[in-house]
Amino acid sequence: MTDTLKNILLFGIVAVLICIAGVTQSWNTALLILNMGLISAIMSIGVNMQWGYAGLFNVGIMGFVALGGLASVLVSMPPVPDAWAAGGLGIIAALLLGAATIAGAAFAMKRLPKGRVRALGILAILIVGFFVYRAVLDPSVDAVEAVNPALYGYLGGLNLPVLVAWPVGGLLAAGAAWLIGKTALGLRSDYLAIATLGIAEIIIAVLKNEDWLSRGVKNVVGIPRPTAYEIDLQNDPAFVERAASWGLSPVDASTLYVKVAYALLFTIVLVIILWGAQMALNSPWGRMMRAIRDNETAAEAMGKDVTRRHLQIFVIGSAICGLAGAMLTTLDGQLTPGTYQPLRFTFLIWVMVIVGGSGNNFGAVLGGFLVWFLWVEVEPVGRWLMDVVTAGMADGSWLKDHLLGSAAHMRLFTMGLVLLLVLRFSPRGLIPEK
Amino acid sequence: MDLLNAIVALTNFVIVPAVSYGSQLALGALGVTLIYGILRFSNFAHGDTMAFGAMVTILFTWWFQGMGLTLGPLPTALLALPFGIAVTALLLIGTDRVVYRFYREQKAKPVILVIVSLGVMFIMNGIVRFIIGPDDQQFADGARFIVSARDFKEWSGLDEGLAIKTSQGLTVITTIIAVALLFWFLNRTRTGKSMRAYSDNEDLALLSGINPERVVMYTWLIVAALTTVAGVLYGLDKSFKPFTYFQLLLPIFASAIVGGLGSPLGAIAGGFVIAFSEVTITYAWKKVLGYLLPDALEPSGLVQLLSTDYKFAVSFVILLIVLLFRPTGLFRGKSV
Repeated sequence: MTDTLKNILLFGIVAVLICIAGVTQSWNTALLILNMGLISAIMSIGVNMQWGYAGLFNVGIMGFVALGGLASVLVSMPPVPDAWAAGGLGIIAALLLGAATIAGAAFAMKRLPKGRVRALGILAILIVGFFVYRAVLDPSVDAVEAVNPALYGYLGGLNLPVLVAWPVGGLLAAGAAWLIGKTALGLRSDYLAIATLGIAEIIIAVLKNEDWLSRGVKNVVGIPRPTAYEIDLQNDPAFVERAASWGLSPVDASTLYVKVAYALLFTIVLVIILWGAQMALNSPWGRMMRAIRDNETAAEAMGKDVTRRHLQIFVIGSAICGLAGAMLTTLDGQLTPGTYQPLRFTFLIWVMVIVGGSGNNFGAVLGGFLVWFLWVEVEPVGRWLMDVVTAGMADGSWLKDHLLGSAAHMRLFTMGLVLLLVLRFSPRGLIPEK
Repeated sequence: MDLLNAIVALTNFVIVPAVSYGSQLALGALGVTLIYGILRFSNFAHGDTMAFGAMVTILFTWWFQGMGLTLGPLPTALLALPFGIAVTALLLIGTDRVVYRFYREQKAKPVILVIVSLGVMFIMNGIVRFIIGPDDQQFADGARFIVSARDFKEWSGLDEGLAIKTSQGLTVITTIIAVALLFWFLNRTRTGKSMRAYSDNEDLALLSGINPERVVMYTWLIVAALTTVAGVLYGLDKSFKPFTYFQLLLPIFASAIVGGLGSPLGAIAGGFVIAFSEVTITYAWKKVLGYLLPDALEPSGLVQLLSTDYKFAVSFVILLIVLLFRPTGLFRGKSV
């Protein structure tokens, strides 16, 4: 059996699995799995570029995904004019002051001679800058957050089409990745891991607490959609008639229609990114990356700037994660900072990449679909399993209740087990690197 | 008088909590640093190992409490601690046999071991949630305070109270004992010396007849004790919730790196550096400054540099500063 045939078969199996979910559960569920699978596939391509091409270990995927989500709010929500009038300029001035402080400290660092004067000078700039920044920021933030807090309490966005937010999400994530990469790359590999773990937590903390920016835990709902709304479709006589000719009720037809539209949009993005990633992998640049990954010392001896190349691919991979994050928030239609969990948004993506096959983009895509399918389906299967296990026990017994209630936690266990089994027995994944 | 009040307020709200939090971080960072020194990878499952150890101890505590077995003013958890350590040690050595040993024999790259530890983290997290659930658990009993705020006020006649919780006093004492034992073990016993030799130079240690499997097993045993103690103390001091242990990973790693990975002394120093920075930066200084400054200068706001939700940002920024200016840490740990 050739490799191509095997790969087609693997993708076919995943397609069949999703179809089984469609038949046994509902086609809505199946399409939801498909849509989330498409987004997961894009995220795992991003991680695969970092890990598979270059061997960089990034555990801050959640942060980059959340930045993408923030982008879709900042770009597509309508601005809140009252909030802007109340404190918009103050906040922007404060942010500029903060940036100027850091720039000033960096400038002092470069220009002043090394010694106590420089250390004290930098410290003074940072401390004074921080207090000035807070003095300007705090009143403006209070003013903004006081503007109709039940509905707004934040500055809003730019009121642009939500599709614009996708690349913007990528840019935001790229900026954060550049900052991290600049400090942590070039040191030992674990340091990057810990630095990314930290930045992800901080990004989530900012989203949760800076209400003027993202409404914090009050969430932003009603992010505009790139597709039609179900209710409009149901009120459209032509659509209802066409749905009836397919033998579907207007409600079913409209939900399916919207999900299919999303699936098409996401597929277009996935195909573009997959094509780009494949072109990059097979280009001289991709060969250089793999050469660096396999032997940094040799690559450096050949005149390659390892740290710069690492920074480059780290930024690109994170940007792809940011893009996927913006798509995810668009699909959800809301930004809920409280739902970003590292196990779900960082480590699950890692399982996808490792299971699919690190270094191979098609592997990453397959892993994205397969692992997402497992993630969704483990819960009902776990509950069923627990039902079987506890069938013989007396109703209302302590153990039975406990086991049934804990079925939801089977997910993490299963994912860990899958990861360990693949790493041990098939470390190259389902579709190995060529 | 105002000066005394200021000092008491500072001790009560900053120094006492920071010392106990720093001790907990130091215990955690010691485990991370030992694993890094001997097994040569950053163990991402560390936070969840702490949660597991704490969970087993809690289960034993409940059992003892149910039997009416208590330690009087001390929390029953102390009685359950040895059992928690034993079960955690079994789990860790089992994990090493089933999972890590294979990669050690293959001489896999450290980053592969880190990913493997991610898998272990998932499984441990799953086990903990499966057994005890994701919610808060209370298991502290015994006397709540060594010094309560009211007694202190009556005794000293000051406006400010000073409260020291039993858990805080216990944390500091237990940490001192644990650290003393650890250093005695590492510096004085034959096994401890062979561990340090193995950490310094693996090949040389192998040549001089040190059995690596034995060294690794002892490492896991010590790590089991350290993580369980750290996890239980943290749980007694704050509360037990599986997810918070995962979040402790960042400050713990920051402590270990700030001190210098692989250096036990550095881990302890790092723990206190991180804890004191976190607490001082997120503390609202209004009260202390109110005593110290004349009335005219008294601050109107809370004088809180950062809200407590950003405490991760503090450990992170310290981590970045150390990485930028001194990547081997304060105590010159290893840098591979």
